[in-house]
Amino acid sequence: MVEGALFLSALLSVFITLGIIGVLLFETLSFFGEVSIIDFLTDTQWTPLFSEKHFGVLPLFAGTFLTTFIAMAVALPIGLISAIYLSEYSSDRVRTTVKPFLEILAAVPTVVYGYFALLFVTPLLQKFIPDLSGFNALSPGIVMGIMIIPIISSLSEDAMHAVPTGLREGGYALGSTRLQVALRVALPAAFSGVAASFILGISRAVGETMIVAIAAGLQPRLTLNPFVPIETVTAYIVQVSMGDTPYGTIEYRTIFAAGMSLFVVTFVLNIISYSLRKRFREVYE
Amino acid sequence: MKTFSIMGMMLILLVSSAWAKSTLIKVDGSSTVFPITEAVAEEFQKKNPGVKVTVGISGTGGGFKKFCAGETDISDASRPIKLSEVEQCLDNKIQYVELPIAYDGLAVMVNPKNDWVDHLTVKELKKMWEPAAQGKIKKWNQIRPNWPDKEIHLFGPGADSGTYDYFTEAIVGKEHASRGDFTASEDDNVLVQGIASDLYALGFFGVAYYEHNKDRLKLVPVDDEKDSNGKGPVLPEYENVVKGTYQPLARPIFIYVSRKSADKPEIQAFVDFYMKNGGALSKEVGYISLPDKAYELGLNRFQKRVAGSVFGGKSQVGVGIEDLLQREGK
Repeated sequence: MVEGALFLSALLSVFITLGIIGVLLFETLSFFGEVSIIDFLTDTQWTPLFSEKHFGVLPLFAGTFLTTFIAMAVALPIGLISAIYLSEYSSDRVRTTVKPFLEILAAVPTVVYGYFALLFVTPLLQKFIPDLSGFNALSPGIVMGIMIIPIISSLSEDAMHAVPTGLREGGYALGSTRLQVALRVALPAAFSGVAASFILGISRAVGETMIVAIAAGLQPRLTLNPFVPIETVTAYIVQVSMGDTPYGTIEYRTIFAAGMSLFVVTFVLNIISYSLRKRFREVYE
Repeated sequence: MKTFSIMGMMLILLVSSAWAKSTLIKVDGSSTVFPITEAVAEEFQKKNPGVKVTVGISGTGGGFKKFCAGETDISDASRPIKLSEVEQCLDNKIQYVELPIAYDGLAVMVNPKNDWVDHLTVKELKKMWEPAAQGKIKKWNQIRPNWPDKEIHLFGPGADSGTYDYFTEAIVGKEHASRGDFTASEDDNVLVQGIASDLYALGFFGVAYYEHNKDRLKLVPVDDEKDSNGKGPVLPEYENVVKGTYQPLARPIFIYVSRKSADKPEIQAFVDFYMKNGGALSKEVGYISLPDKAYELGLNRFQKRVAGSVFGGKSQVGVGIEDLLQREGK
């Protein structure tokens, strides 16, 4: 009885996933019935809502790539360094108090982060970079990075903390300094967990919606310049679903095509993360 | 325990009776007309506590979609109803009375620190906004050579708004034709924020939103290079709009009342109130009111339930107040 209920709820989530893929696939196929996939992947303009329609998804992916890159450039070093500190240097008391505080960062609603980027970070950055537009990729990217720090620091720290003390002691016995043990023993031993946390962070950044919809500018353009307004795939989906684009039109289906491509990207990332975890897992004892 | 349940029941009774008493008027549509309707709705609800008026912002196009599906009583519109929408309404047997309520000027704005733009011609605006400009017109010095060699960032209402429709028709010459790489938002406050925080921005929206953000934006005079309606660059000020010299960017805005809803007493009261106070209130929130005659004619049309649009489903650029009155009087 209990087993059956547990099995059913496990099955439910599988079916929901399959259902989502099914809907995405169905709408995407009918989209590609009208727009050639080559246009979709190679056209450099994205204007499905206007009278001269172009369906090139590249500008949207350029926006997603740009904000993700900036976010990871912020989150990776900070997250990793705090993980190393918490796991290898801090006392247990510091660790148990600081870690929950770091994790609070992940609990802030993303809409709050969005307005934080638009109304605080952007004006602040404009003091140093006068040419920065009011909407840009830089500020939401940085804020997104701040949001992702706890994902990386927390998971990496867990992985590093799980490295057996014996390994570290072996390192010390050979005359290594604390830094050498942290970087050359603990970190490599925990590599699978650390790498998985990176990829999870990237997935999170690719899928992040609210921050970029609010602060990045809703302006699809093919550029890697972080100082000008851009639009990400997710922000486009929000823009269309909040407007009044009628159901069943080609404009409406663009969001499924965009969502499908996004799904493919995060799916591939998850597979990489999974295989990394399996491949580099160091089993002790 | 017992007193609790009794109190609970009383509460339920109270709530449900209040529920039954209050009648709801549903308005949706243009964000440009929204401030006027909202102001009218507020005053109206003060005088008629039993009636609740909800005013949504879906853009003119989005508003008509709901209106023609019979979901709303009144639709705010910043352009006349389009042929495709007329057909949609026809399919669902929705008839409507068209009432002009004010004049609006489309304001073209830049950042207040922008010291190079003194005026723009319609041709220059077209060069910036037409579809061919996408990916090509990227810098200010492509508009005029002595302007800075910096990227131009464009802001405008979303493709679902009547303001966008009107602007493209008036400037580009074809409705819904513009470049796609500009920041588009149905929320005019987002556009204000964008232009106010970006030195190289340029954008357009209804002049009323400019009135509320005067210190954060700089208004650009527009020259249509036709001497017949005012020589040189013109600002969207009251007199210029009324005299018809701020062309082609001034236009009448409307409400559409569903013929079916028009028979309800609360709708009659609301429209009556709107026609009698809409002029003063529209001025208060930053629009240009019509002459009193226009509101009388409008109320008259409503009372006689004159259905249909005087514009025949086509958008028209440069309809003056006199012209509007004449069409309405028919």
